Formats: sequence, C-alpha cells, structure tokens
Amino acid sequence: MTRTSGIGKESSVVNTLSARRRHPLAAFVVLFLALGLIGATYATLGSAKAKAASSAAATPEQLAEGQKLFQSACSSCHGLQAQGVQGSGPSLIGVGAAAVDFQVGTGRMPAMQIGPQVQAKPPVYTQEQIDAMAAYISSLGAGPDVPAADVYTPDLSDQGSVANGGVLFRSNCSQCHNIVGAGGALTDGKFAPPLRQTSEKHIYEAMLTGPQNMPIFGNSVMSPQNKRDIIAYLMHSRTEAGSPGGLDLGSIGPVSEGLFVWTIVLGLLIVIACWIGAHTTKASRARVAHFEATTGKDATNNE
Amino acid sequence: MSATTAPLTGDKDNEATETKTDPVSRWADERLGLYKGTKSLIRKVFPDHWSFLLGEIALFSFILILLSGVFLTLWFKPSMTEVEYHGSYYPLNGVSMSEAFASTLNISFDVRAGLLMRQVHHWAALIFIMAIMVHSLRIFFTGAFRKPREINWLIGFTLMILGLLEGFAGYSLPDDLLSGTGLRIASGVVLAIPIVGTYLSYFLFGGDFPGHDFIPRLFTIHVLLVPALIVGLVTAHLILVFVQKHTQWAGPGKTNENVVGLPFMPVYMAKAGGFMFVIFGVVFLLAGLVQINPIWVYGPYTPDQISAGSQPDWYIGFLEGSLRMMPNWEWNLWGHTISFNVLIPSLVVPGILFTGYALWPFFEQWVTGDKREHHILDRPRNRPTRTAIGVAGITFYGVLWLGGGNDLIATHFHLSVEALTWTFRVLVFVGPVIAFWCTKRIALGLQRRDKDKILHGRETGIIKVSLDGEFSEVHEPLSAGERYRLTAHEVQKPLELGPATDENGVPRPGGRGLRLRAKASKAMFSDHVETTVEEYKELEAGHGHH
Repeated sequence: MTRTSGIGKESSVVNTLSARRRHPLAAFVVLFLALGLIGATYATLGSAKAKAASSAAATPEQLAEGQKLFQSACSSCHGLQAQGVQGSGPSLIGVGAAAVDFQVGTGRMPAMQIGPQVQAKPPVYTQEQIDAMAAYISSLGAGPDVPAADVYTPDLSDQGSVANGGVLFRSNCSQCHNIVGAGGALTDGKFAPPLRQTSEKHIYEAMLTGPQNMPIFGNSVMSPQNKRDIIAYLMHSRTEAGSPGGLDLGSIGPVSEGLFVWTIVLGLLIVIACWIGAHTTKASRARVAHFEATTGKDATNNE
Repeated sequence: MSATTAPLTGDKDNEATETKTDPVSRWADERLGLYKGTKSLIRKVFPDHWSFLLGEIALFSFILILLSGVFLTLWFKPSMTEVEYHGSYYPLNGVSMSEAFASTLNISFDVRAGLLMRQVHHWAALIFIMAIMVHSLRIFFTGAFRKPREINWLIGFTLMILGLLEGFAGYSLPDDLLSGTGLRIASGVVLAIPIVGTYLSYFLFGGDFPGHDFIPRLFTIHVLLVPALIVGLVTAHLILVFVQKHTQWAGPGKTNENVVGLPFMPVYMAKAGGFMFVIFGVVFLLAGLVQINPIWVYGPYTPDQISAGSQPDWYIGFLEGSLRMMPNWEWNLWGHTISFNVLIPSLVVPGILFTGYALWPFFEQWVTGDKREHHILDRPRNRPTRTAIGVAGITFYGVLWLGGGNDLIATHFHLSVEALTWTFRVLVFVGPVIAFWCTKRIALGLQRRDKDKILHGRETGIIKVSLDGEFSEVHEPLSAGERYRLTAHEVQKPLELGPATDENGVPRPGGRGLRLRAKASKAMFSDHVETTVEEYKELEAGHGHH
C-alpha cells in the first residue's frame, strides 16, 4: 500500500510536471533556472578567481587609501561610486587595474580638461598611490589586471619574436601609430599618440584595455606572446640596429625629409652659393697701387 | 711649315705665352692646337651673382644621382618575383616580398656602403628637384625667360617635369609599402581619365594592379629613358646658355650688348668645379648623418596594409594635398563613373598650373608686344604684376603642398584634420588673391622707396639744427653707379588704343585680339612708379638733399 502509494505520490509529481511541461511559461522557467545556475557558477568560481588574482595583494589599508584618492581626484567626473557621469566620465566599474595603471601612470588621468582626446603628461601620483587606486577600482568589478613584468618584458635576443612583432605591428598598429610608432592623426582632433617613449608595461596595458580611441586587443584576440612580440619590435626599432642611417627626423616619413631639405639644406647651399658668388679674382695690391699712382684716381671709387 | 719660318712663328708664340702658360699646357697646345679651337668657349665670360649658381646645384646633384644610381643598379633586381627574405635585417626574416624589395634590403644592409649610396641617391634627388624649382623661380622673377631665351625656358620646364617623373619612378621602385601606396594612387589617377583610363591602366600595369610587369617597366624608364632625356636636354640647356651668353644685373658698364664678368677658363672652371665638390660634400655629409626613406620599417608592399603618415616625396606633395582637400564629387552617367574627386585634383589642377607656368613668357610677350632681346635682368619690384602673379602661384602651390601634410600638421599642432582640410579649401582660393595684392603693393612700395632714394639720397640719420631752430635730417646723395643701377629699367606703360575711329571716321585697325591685349596690358601695367620730368630736372639741378 505504502509502496504503491509511494509510487503513486512520486508519479503524481512527475505527472504534474509532465502535465505542465507545455505550459506557455515553461520555457521561461527553464531559461530562468539555467541562467540562474550559470550565474551562480560564474559568481562562485569565475569572479572569485578574478578577485583572488586582482586583489591578491590588496590590503584593507590600500583599498581605503585608493578609495580616498579616487574620491578626491576622480569622482568629480566618474561619480562617487565610479558609476560614471553622463557627459563627463565613463563608468569605471569593471575596467580593471590595468586601465587605471595605464591612464594614471601615463599622466592622462586625472584629466585637465575635456577635449577631443585626453593628453599624456607627467604623472601626478606615485606608483604606490596608483596601485592603491587600481586596487580600489578593481574591487568594484573584475577587469584586466596589471600584467606582471615577465608578461610584458620582451626578449630582444629572440629574432623570431622581433620579426613576428614587425608583421603584427604593420598589419594592426601602423595605420594609426605610423611606421615605428611616431603617432598619427585621427578624426576631429583625435590622434594616435607616439609610442617612441612609452614603457613596455604601458604599451602592453594599452593593448589590453584599449584606452580612448584604441581598439581592445584582449588575450583572446591577440595572445600575450604576440603582444610581447609587438613590444619587442618597437623596442628593437629604438635601437641603433633597428634604425640605421643616421638621424631619423622624427620617423614621420617623407614630410620631415622634405621640410629638412627645403630649410636646412637649401639654406646651407645658398650660403655656399653666396660665398662663391661674392669671392672672385681681385686685382693684386701691386696693380691697384700702380693704377692709383699713374692715374691719380681712387681705385675703390666705381664712378 | 718651312724651316725658315718655323723658328720665327715659334719664337713669337713662345714670347706671347711665356709668362702665361705652364710648360705642360704649352707642350700640349703646340701639338693639339686646343686653345685656338676652343678659345671662344673657354674664354666665355660669365657674370658673378649667387643666384646664377642655383642651376649649378641642380646640375651637380644630378651628376651625383647618376654616379650613385650606377652603383645601385649593380645590386638592385627589378623583379616582382615573390621571395622569402633571410638576410641581415632579421626583423623582416621569413617575410615574403618581391625581389625588388629584397634586393633593396640587401643594398641597405649587406652591400658595403650600400645604405650610404642609397641615401646619397635619395637626398641628391630631393636636392635636384628643389634646385630646379628654385632656379626656375629665379628665372621667372628676374624676367630671364624673355627673348631670346624662351626655348631654353621650355627646355628647363621640361626638365622640371622629367625630374618629377624620374623622382616618382625612383620612389616607386623599391616596392616597399610607401612605393606601392603611391603607385596605387597613380593607378587610380590613370583610371580616373574618362573613356581611356581603364585601357591605359591595363596597358601600363600589364593587367590588373599591381601585376608583375610594372616594376621591370618602371626600372627601364627610371634608369634608361628618362635619364637619357634629362642628359640630352641638360646638354641643350647648357649649349644655349653658352650661345646666348648669360644675363646680368644692371649696373655701371653693364649693358644689353655686353657681359661683365670673368672668363669661364680658368675662373669659372675653378669656381664651378669647387662648387661641385662642395655640393658632393654636403650630400655625402647629409647621407652619412641623416636617414632617408627607411624602407625596412615600411616593409614590403601588400595591398591590405597602410601606415599613418603615408606621404610622397616633397615634390609630389602638392598633388597629394590637392587630392586630400578635394570634395568627394563624382557623376554616374549611363553606367560610367566620372571621378571628379580624382580627375580635378590630380590632372586638371597640375595641368593648369604647369601649362600656365610654361606659357608665361609667350603670354607676357604678347601683352607687351616687346620683340627686343633682353640680357639685363629685371629687379622683381620693377615688374610688380609679374612678381605678384608669381607669388600668387607659389601661394597656390604652397597651400596644396601643406594640404599634403595635413595629418602631420594636425598631430604636431594639436589641430583637427577636418578643420585643416576646410581651412586649406578656402585658402587655396583666397590665399593667392591676398598674396597677389600684398606682393604688388610691396613691389610698388619698394619702387617708391627707390625713387625717393634717387631724388633725395640716402637717409644718414644725422639730424641738423639750423640757426632758426629747425630740425632736418641730412640726406646723402647716392653714387652715380647706384643711381644708374636703380634707374636702368624702363617703365612699362599700358597699351593705349586711342579712339575707336579717327577724325575721318575710319575705324581703328586691329580686332578683338588687340582689344584683349590692351585689357591685359592695362591690368598688368596701369600701376607704375616713374620719375617725372620735373623730378628729373630737380635731380639734374643737383638738389640731392633737402
């Protein structure tokens, strides 16, 4: 009895579910449960992992310091909770520590004014302060973390790495940044900044986070090794071996060569021409003296 | 020669030449008789002025281009065969490229002095075309193109165009990214020519762009055809300079019938020879110290790549600018596209600019009706309208030229490319007008200053107080030579047609052409500064200061 009733109970639940499986809302319920399951898994596993990585070194003091710095230096544009302010600054939730390290480390942030593009300038904060801000921003939402030195430091002795970096640079970067990263113009006063002085870490972070107008070259699009190769190529191009032939005139191509030839070279050649034109054979002193003695005229008087 | 007369003539010759000639020359001349045959040539007199040396800069840099070019041909392979690079420049290792590009890398990195020679060749080319243009402008502004030198003007003009072509061909040969980008634009320009464009492009490239034929063809044009034409025309250019004698600046003793200066041999031989070696020195110094066209960073041409700051060499820059500032206009008529956006900036604009420049001497002669020979140069201020038109032309060219570098101007001066493009679009029309007006005013002002100097002398800056307490500045009269120099030019007056019918009612001869000429003459010569009869009398009376 009990057994049959048990079976009956069980089958009644199954039956109920089975009977409702064609209910109009059934699909939504399944979808909701599935999404909830995925979200829960991601929240417990993925986010924990990311948080563990990003705030591994973040101490409570650092977070407090970061929050204090953020509120005094950044919140006027990005909002007190870094949620962003319409028209002045984007939300920083989820941009990650790498973006903070790049923007503040290159002096772009805090911005001095809102313009077509925020310009790099000498950084305002020390690296410790930047790290604190990065830790604080990172604690608000997961994003790309500041890469470790071995991730961005290229191996210049690896010729294959430099060559691969060259290929990648010419097909992905040079259309905006010019042939060896001298920079170039974009629309409406925006520009791709020069890369000639930028540090390896900042180049890597820029590729990772895509600041301002730059596309993001995330790790799924461009592997860390490829990013490192591009840095290797750029660092090689700064060396004597990568840029033979003398002064590079800013490495901006034929325009600076033309400017140079029309100013310095033409100026020099005209000075030489004037010198040659002005120096000619002159009558010897003896002849001039003889002329003046015999004619009684002043030889220097043209009249 | 008989035994009796020989010693006599021999002694006479020896007497005459003893103090002048060294034994070696005398020995050679007695046997070859070179001096007699070439006397008129080597004793040819040339006047001294720095601006007469600008053409020599072009000539000597061209010699250097020829010499360094021969060196480069020994290693350059004009082939579009695809190869994989494995050479000294390891950042390009394993990259597939044309043999032309690979051999240029080889010249740059593996041939001894190869990079130096490449840089000599390229710098000398930039200097060559610059010197041609500066020289040509000197001729224009001083009126040295007037009769009998119109043909030589045209030869010089042709040399300038050939220089542009030769330079562009050389820029395109290494088959690097810049070369290919430039050629792609050139092919686009050819394609934009209505009706025949497509056929012409297929004919030039041997099929679709880029194809495999173009680099070898361009090589032949660059090392054989155009250089041969340039050498031939340079020779003709120089022969005409010898035949027609050199122009000179007005001055005491310098007339339209003579040339005051020093003989070609030995003085100008030494000066020009010295100048040649100085220019060689400057170019080698430049090539040794300053990098030019680093093809290794541009990499081989592939149609899917482009770099920011892709520009032609400076002499094509004005075409680049005119293309960059042109609005995107095109018509589609019965399935055929007429690309005004390419046609106007790259064919019509340079066509008008160059045709106008080439034909200017003939136009000016038609307006003035002056068929006399001119060997005395004009001071630019004394021909205000010509000078103003020249400066307007330079301004037009200059705005186009700036337009070619709009992206670099934008990044270096923190401006917006769009704003710059619009600025140039306006300036290309307004700039020449402003330049014309300003130049003409400045020229007339300078003429008035000259006149003031002639009539009242030079201001000495010495202030005198008379017994009455009146202050006056002492003017020092000009020397006669200086006065002559400032007054040697004639004042060109506008053509007066007179009444349409004379007192008998007979219509004036000459039709529409004459009326047009009178109009042009009025526009060109109405504004002039001249010394009036009264002023001349005052001058003659000796009141040189007041």
